[in-house]
Amino acid sequence: MKIGILGFQGGVYEHVGILKRIFSGEKYSGETIIVRRGGELSKVDGIILPGGESTTIGILMDKMGLTGELRDRIRGGLPVLGVCAGAVLMAKKVVDKVVGEKEQNTLSVMDIGVIRNYFGRQIDSFEVDLHIPVIGEKPFRGVFIRAPIFERLNNNVEILAQVGEASVAVLQNNMLAVAFHPELTNDYRLHLLFLEMIKK
Amino acid sequence: MKEGLQFSCGRYYSVSFEDIVDFFYRLAELADRLRDEGRFFEYFPRKPSDNLDMPVKATVRVKHGFPVFQKGGVCMDVTNVEQAYIAEEAGAVSVMVLDKLPYDVRKIGGVARMADPKVIEKVMNSITIPVMAKVRIGHYTEAMILEELGVDMIDESEVLTPADEARHINKWLFRVPFVNGARDLGEALRRISEGASMIRTKGEAGTGNVSEAVKHMRRIMGEIRKMRNMDMEDRVRRAREMGVDPGLLDLTIRIGRLPVVNFAAGGIATPADAALMMWLGADGVFVGSGIFKSSDPLERAKAIVLATSMWRDPDVVLEAQKMISESKSMMGIDIRSLKPEEMLQSRGV
Repeated sequence: MKIGILGFQGGVYEHVGILKRIFSGEKYSGETIIVRRGGELSKVDGIILPGGESTTIGILMDKMGLTGELRDRIRGGLPVLGVCAGAVLMAKKVVDKVVGEKEQNTLSVMDIGVIRNYFGRQIDSFEVDLHIPVIGEKPFRGVFIRAPIFERLNNNVEILAQVGEASVAVLQNNMLAVAFHPELTNDYRLHLLFLEMIKK
Repeated sequence: MKEGLQFSCGRYYSVSFEDIVDFFYRLAELADRLRDEGRFFEYFPRKPSDNLDMPVKATVRVKHGFPVFQKGGVCMDVTNVEQAYIAEEAGAVSVMVLDKLPYDVRKIGGVARMADPKVIEKVMNSITIPVMAKVRIGHYTEAMILEELGVDMIDESEVLTPADEARHINKWLFRVPFVNGARDLGEALRRISEGASMIRTKGEAGTGNVSEAVKHMRRIMGEIRKMRNMDMEDRVRRAREMGVDPGLLDLTIRIGRLPVVNFAAGGIATPADAALMMWLGADGVFVGSGIFKSSDPLERAKAIVLATSMWRDPDVVLEAQKMISESKSMMGIDIRSLKPEEMLQSRGV
């Protein structure tokens, strides 16, 4: 399988590293493609929208003429994993905890609302063990960096993990959104869950 | 240009982020044991326990992880809220709040200090992207003030007048991550040992002349490449000469790049400058006077963001370069016309 990673800005190569290690094993085979232009997007079987600054990625995605095509493909069922800023890009509604509503370019494909910088500034960034039943009993180390949280706008969005009352991992059909950074750990279970979504 | 001419080094880590984090925690193990006996001062990070039922802040993973999400982006120097809005609108990944732009610091002279906390706070409440600010080298109290204020990252910067001529801040003591300037591999690794979560080239700030940044980036990358073929014994000797931990030097050589995020800074004024620095191995760029000392700041900011992200594609860099006009670039200063005492880069080694 060919996994695309939207490569304009942010933690792009961290996902490449994890996927390479997964593909070097026996169970999965595939390759990674850094997606920055339309031609590259048409080749992929699934795409990761990495963490970074959602405003920056949104502007570049628009400038390079990828927004429309990516939106259409996700609506057409392309499996997508959005991490932090990537999840913000997927949301239908975006507000900032301090600044409030601000216009920004997004794909607007998933029935979630996002509150950016919900936990505070960098100084409040944290790590904590999460319980994510779909990937097993063993706790998953969640690394939250200026992280957002999600609100469901629709009942067919499934909540996979929470910190207190706040949802930090959600699933809707072909779309998986997480507020933390699995690519900064050696735990591949969320990436494997995504690969299973592509296999289906 | 042919594919083969592009440097392949630099961006991809051959080990995982977690392995790098583990390295820093291992450095700290002895210190941890001594500290428990009350016999060691706080240098190197503390390792959080393996099971975290409650959230833990300011770990190495969180502090060194923050700059990972700045990669491929542009951090822009601003002096007020209006400029910060322009930076955000143009697609900056963060802003650096200063009292005066480096060009003005150079021109006006006198003592350059931390920016006014009231201005920094106003910027923090107006934009959604991270806000950084500079402190003088060795000035613990300015850093404590900025940490208290809640800036996202502190730049311990040679652009401001050093408070301590001989020492840098022990950055492991802080919850907020730091970025430091470096001219060569030794400086970079010394700053990383002191706890810097990110490195940038020093370049020569406020000149609009990219040549020093090029020199520093080439030197850092070149030294790493050169040492790949060195005997183990010679590496240890070099580490001693540079005043850095041999383990840290070995890790750097093994992965073929600095083990933290490495940006370019100091003299970047055009989209082509930014793309050049990316090609030389930078993970992203800081632009100081280059944007708000030009007469087309918004367009220029947008163009530099585009060129930094899309540096591999000459057609896009051309488009970015067309967005600006050379007659509107800042005038710039020839480095050779500067006296040694006017060079900012030699502060804090």
